[in-house]
Amino acid sequence: MKQLLILAYRLLVSDKGKYTALLVGTTFSVFLIVQMTSTFAGILTKASATVINVGASIWVMDPAATNTVLSSIPMPDYVLDAVRSIDGVKYAVPLYSGAALVKLRDGTYQPVTVIGLDDASLFGRPELLEGNIDDIFAENGFIVVKDEEFPKLENPKLGMEFELNDHRGVIVGIAKVSTGALYGTPTLYTTYNRAIQYIPSMRFTVSYILVEPKADSDIAYIKEEVARLGYLALTNKEFQSGISNYLKYKTGIGTNTLLMTVISFLVGLSISGQTFYTFIIENLEQFGALKAMGAKGRELVIVILFQAGFTAIVGYGLGIGLSTLLISLAKLRLPEYASRVTYTNLGLAFLLVLVIASASGYAGVRRVLKIEPFDIFRG
Amino acid sequence: MPKAAIVADKLTKWFGEGEARTCAVKEASFEAYWGEMLYIVGPSGSGKTTLLSMISGILRPNSGSVAVDGRDLWSLSDDELADFRLKTIGFVFQDYHLFPRLTTGENVAIPLILQKRSWDEALGAAARCLEVVGLADKAQLPPTKLSGGEQQRVAIARAIVHQPEILVFDEPTASLDGETGRKIVSFVKGHILTAERCIVMVTHDSRIFEYSDRIMGMEDGRITGFERETAYEA
Repeated sequence: MKQLLILAYRLLVSDKGKYTALLVGTTFSVFLIVQMTSTFAGILTKASATVINVGASIWVMDPAATNTVLSSIPMPDYVLDAVRSIDGVKYAVPLYSGAALVKLRDGTYQPVTVIGLDDASLFGRPELLEGNIDDIFAENGFIVVKDEEFPKLENPKLGMEFELNDHRGVIVGIAKVSTGALYGTPTLYTTYNRAIQYIPSMRFTVSYILVEPKADSDIAYIKEEVARLGYLALTNKEFQSGISNYLKYKTGIGTNTLLMTVISFLVGLSISGQTFYTFIIENLEQFGALKAMGAKGRELVIVILFQAGFTAIVGYGLGIGLSTLLISLAKLRLPEYASRVTYTNLGLAFLLVLVIASASGYAGVRRVLKIEPFDIFRG
Repeated sequence: MPKAAIVADKLTKWFGEGEARTCAVKEASFEAYWGEMLYIVGPSGSGKTTLLSMISGILRPNSGSVAVDGRDLWSLSDDELADFRLKTIGFVFQDYHLFPRLTTGENVAIPLILQKRSWDEALGAAARCLEVVGLADKAQLPPTKLSGGEQQRVAIARAIVHQPEILVFDEPTASLDGETGRKIVSFVKGHILTAERCIVMVTHDSRIFEYSDRIMGMEDGRITGFERETAYEA
C-alpha cells in the first residue's frame, strides 16, 4: 500500500502545473470559506459583546427584546423585586443599556452606548486599565472602554470632561473588555441611577435584570417563575444564541454569508474538480497501461482518492494558514476586527473540502474504472 | 520437442451483438514455445491485437481456452488474472504508455511498485534494467526528453524489470524508423530472449521479420499458417 501511495504522490506532484492549479483551487476555496464564516462568527460574537462582558448567568427581559442588547424594552421596578423574591435567586440587580450623544470639543456629536451598573454592587463592571472603580460614584463619573472605538471620543484621559445629553461628564476610569462591540460606538459605563438620570427614558427604566442563581439546578425554576411574571429569563448562552439567531435569520447577514460560502465552495469545486478531471484524463492511457500490467481496479481507486485527498488536505492547510495570516494582519491594524476562527468554521471548511475532493475523485475514478486494458492495445 | 509456453485452443472473440456483431478472432489455435520469439503478422483488422490480448489475460474470449505454462488462464478470477499479468507477463505497448512526468527510472520500476516491492528495491532493479537496455545514464530524465528509440527501450526495460516469463510486444517498431526498429528487435532477440522466456510480438513490419523464430499469419480473424517454420515444427 505504501508503495502505491508513493507512486500516487509522485504522479501528482511531478505534474507541477496541474498540482499547483489543484492547490490554488482548493486553497482559494478554503480561504474564502474560512474568511466568510470567520467574519460571520466574529460579527455574532461582537453582537453579544455586552452579554459576554457583563457575564451574568441569567438575563431577565421583556419577551420581545431578545434581538440585541440595545433593543431592550424597559421593565417596571416591581419586576426586579419579584425576581429577587424567587426561590433559588442568590441576587438580582438592574442593568441599564441605552444610547446617548456626547458633544466633542470641536462641537460635533458622537453617539455612545451607556451601560448603567447597579449602584450597590457594580455587578458586570469592566476591568480597569486606569483609575479607581470607586470613582464611578464621584460626581458625573464615567468609565470609558478602550477599544477600537475609543479614539472616536478623542482618546479621552482621566479627568477629561465632556458633555453627554447636555449633562457634564468626567472620565474617571479607562477600562478594557474581553469582547469589543459590533455597532461602532464607544462604550461608557456609569452607575444605574446616573444613567437613568442623564438619558431620557420611558416610565420604566430597567433594561435587564441580571440574576445569579444559588445553584445551576435552580435555573429552570427561576425561568418558570419569571415566565409566570410575563417576562423572559435566558441563560447567558441562550441570550447569545438568541442574538446570533436574530442576525442569522432575520437580518440577511446569515443569508449573505451562506451564499458567499456556497459560492466559495463552488469556485473551489469547479477549479479543483475540472483540473483534477483533466489530470486524470491526461493520464488515462497510463492508468489503462497500469491496469494491463496488473494493477487492480481498487488499487487505482486508492491512487486517485489519495491524490484527491492529499491535494484537499494540503489545500486545506494552506487555506487555513492564509486566512489566519490575513486575519492576524488585519488585527494588527484593527484590533477589534470582527473575525473569529472557530472549530465550527474549520470543521465546515474541512467538510466542504472533502466534498470537493470526493467529487473530483469520483469523476476520475469513474473514468479510470471504465477504461479497459484492451483499449490500450487497440490504441 | 520444446515445452509449450502458451497453448491457445480454438480462441474465438466477437464484438457487438445482432447485426452489428463482428468476429475478430475465429477458432484460433496455436502454441508458442519457451525460448521462442513468435511473430503474429497480418493486415490491419485481421485480429492480431485481439489474439494477443486474449493470450496475455487482458481480453476474455467468447470461447476457447488459453493455457500458460499449463495453467488455464480464463478460469482465473479477475484479481487472479491481474496477479497473473503482474507476475508472468511483460507488456510493451505500441505507444509505450510511459508516464511523462515520472523519471525514466520510476517508469521502469512501476511493475515492481505494483508488486508492493519497496521503492528503493524497485528503483535499484529499474536501474539495472536500464543498464541492460543501455540507458543507465537516463534514469533521472523524464521519458519526454528521450528519443523514440530510447522510449521504446525504456518500455522494454519496464516489461522485463519484474522478470516475467512471457513478453508481449504490440507493434514495437510502428513509431520507429527502420534502422532503430531493427536495432531494438535485434537487441530484444539477443539480450532479452532467453530459454526460459517466450516472446510474442504483433507486427506488420517486414523489416524485422529476420529476427523471428516463427511468423504466424492472420487474416480475417483466422490463423492462415506459419510463414517460417522453425526447428520446433520440424
